[in-house]
Amino acid sequence: MFGLNKKDTSLLIIVGLLTLLAPFILNPFPEGSAMAQFNAGYPDLMQRFVIFGIFAIGFNILFGLTGYLSFGHAAFLGVGSYSAVWMFKLLSYNIIPAIALSVVVAGLFSLLIGFISLRRSGIYFSILTLAFAQMSFALAYSVLSNPKFNLTNGETGLQVYADDPQILQVANSPDLPHLFGLPMRATYTMDVGAWSFDFNAGYYLCAIIMMVVFYLSIRIFRSPFGMMLRAVKSNQQRMNYTGLNSKPYTLAAFVISGMYAGLAGGLMAAMDPLAGAERMQWTASGEVVLMTILGGTGTLIGPVLGAGFIKYFENIFSKINDNVLHSWFAFLPDGLEDAVVFVIHPFIGKGWHLTLGILFMLVVIYLPGGLVEGGQRLLNRIKRKKSKADDAKSGKTEPAE
Amino acid sequence: MDAILLQILNGLDKGSAYALIALGLTLIFGTLGVVNFAHGALFMIGAFCAVTLQKLMNLSFVTIDETQTDFLGNPLKVETPYIEGWFGPETGATIIDWSVPLAVLFAIPIMLAVGYVMERGLIKHFYKRPHADQILVTFGLAIVLQEIVKYFFGANPIQTPPPDALSGSIDLGIMVGFDANAIIYPIWRLVYFGFAVAIIGAVFSFLQFTTFGMVVRAGMADRETVGLLGINIDRRFTIMFGIAAAVAGLAGVMYGPLNPPNYHMGMDFLVLSFVVVVVGGMGSLPGAVLAGFLLGILESFASTTWATTTIPGINQIIIYLVAIIVLLTRPRGLMGRKGVMEE
Repeated sequence: MFGLNKKDTSLLIIVGLLTLLAPFILNPFPEGSAMAQFNAGYPDLMQRFVIFGIFAIGFNILFGLTGYLSFGHAAFLGVGSYSAVWMFKLLSYNIIPAIALSVVVAGLFSLLIGFISLRRSGIYFSILTLAFAQMSFALAYSVLSNPKFNLTNGETGLQVYADDPQILQVANSPDLPHLFGLPMRATYTMDVGAWSFDFNAGYYLCAIIMMVVFYLSIRIFRSPFGMMLRAVKSNQQRMNYTGLNSKPYTLAAFVISGMYAGLAGGLMAAMDPLAGAERMQWTASGEVVLMTILGGTGTLIGPVLGAGFIKYFENIFSKINDNVLHSWFAFLPDGLEDAVVFVIHPFIGKGWHLTLGILFMLVVIYLPGGLVEGGQRLLNRIKRKKSKADDAKSGKTEPAE
Repeated sequence: MDAILLQILNGLDKGSAYALIALGLTLIFGTLGVVNFAHGALFMIGAFCAVTLQKLMNLSFVTIDETQTDFLGNPLKVETPYIEGWFGPETGATIIDWSVPLAVLFAIPIMLAVGYVMERGLIKHFYKRPHADQILVTFGLAIVLQEIVKYFFGANPIQTPPPDALSGSIDLGIMVGFDANAIIYPIWRLVYFGFAVAIIGAVFSFLQFTTFGMVVRAGMADRETVGLLGINIDRRFTIMFGIAAAVAGLAGVMYGPLNPPNYHMGMDFLVLSFVVVVVGGMGSLPGAVLAGFLLGILESFASTTWATTTIPGINQIIIYLVAIIVLLTRPRGLMGRKGVMEE
């Protein structure tokens, strides 16, 4: 289907079902129960899942396929957000021109940065992209917000004001981001018994866009172009010796991933019409690297998994506090309970970044392939156990590895 | 003329910090071939060594002074630091006043130990892995270290004042024959610069004039051959990692009075220090030092009102611009060896 083989089609369908049914899947606990805080099915968080999913899918096209580690991808996301908000300010709150412009601007911006940065590879490439991103951050934060030429509105962040032109704004259209009159914040809540499920227009828009770009990324992975990128990763020198100029390919990959980031930034602004410079900071670039690595670099589903994983646990861990812990460990004797809570305390609430850092180190050290590799290893182990049991029955011996 | 001199002086303190961090980064890269993204965190830990020592010194015991009363008429509780109790009030107060310079002594063993543990515990396993993996794992480590410090010391900057004798400013202009008040310069910045020069001198002479340093230099040139000669080069490189950590840590200790330490100061310096290393030339020690001071001074020139009105924002981006130009025109950096990491 759609020019995909059977395996990829089923992957696409599974991802599609998961995202479309996410409001159900992410809300497994009834409203008001003690576990309700682990529900993730509210619009804001679900939107973040898919938007960062898009960002990570795009990053994976560059890092996963070519092996070029960019430490400045957040710059494209920020540029995308800024252009989307500018479209809101100048034209109207309709999100179509906003998202279109954010993709185009991020594409052009990444073309420029990629053209320069890709003249180097390896660690130099990482540092160059980092330098460019920090430069954009510094510019957006201070210089581009002077009264004469206010492009970014500095520290406050760019937002839409009442006296903005909005020349295409129709009289009775909603006064917040909308798609031809359908506001992005529109939410239909369905109550089933003790459960309540939210269906949010903005989420479904992002989800559909993510399906489309996920499909595109599968096609890129399976295309001759994707093959070429993989060849760059495995041995660029040899590629060059065969007389092939690999630069157009890497540049194309860089621009594509920049456009993905711009799309994510545009969607972010479409969900909440605000753009700030902190989205471009290098810690933000680090976050998307974390997501991709954690999920599984170079795999199709990995980045989406990683983005969902990080955003989900960020949300949950930040919510747990000492009282919650005390209620969990209430069954332990008093002294022990306090001790356990004391030990766990640094890792929860505001300490989420500590947990994330440790998790990230563990993944890089022990599981370079990320969650996907972990899953595969687990599957293999189960399979091997089964086959061993079979072997034992038939009395076969395996040769030493 | 005096304006130019003033800008050069202004650039010296940041330049010193860049040079010291970049020196450590280059040492690690040159010896172990590892790209250490956690080096900024080491700088930050050094600064917090000073904070810790200051806190330790201010630990106090409470005595009740019958001669003074508070506003309710009760005897006043007086907190006396233990140090003052041990050494007498005057000596004790002086020791507390000098806590930042004393923290240098306190930080050396700590930083050496931190560096040693880091290398043996983590970096060792990453020699054979690609640079991307090294960047990622040390990036993770930097986050962890930073969060641990944040957990213990909070997110707000903590003041670490310099000793009274070294705070305040002096009029440098008169000493070199300019008008009075032409160049007023904070003393601690001069101290920092002198300290940085001393450390850099110490590291270079250690490498140049000791047998240990000679072996290390030989190992940097050809690790395998040195290993084949029956020298345990790995152990020496581990010690060099500890020394690099100590250099970054000491840079952090002394930087406290210039800018109150907070938990993310390391990250802020790290990005710039990497840029410095790249400009100076990956693996070249003199290059790192030269580029550190050059970029620091350049940044200070770019921050003058004349420069910022001509090109707005130039002070924010000058370092990155220089790095981009250098990387594109002379990829091995100012003083890099030919063929080292040129791709």
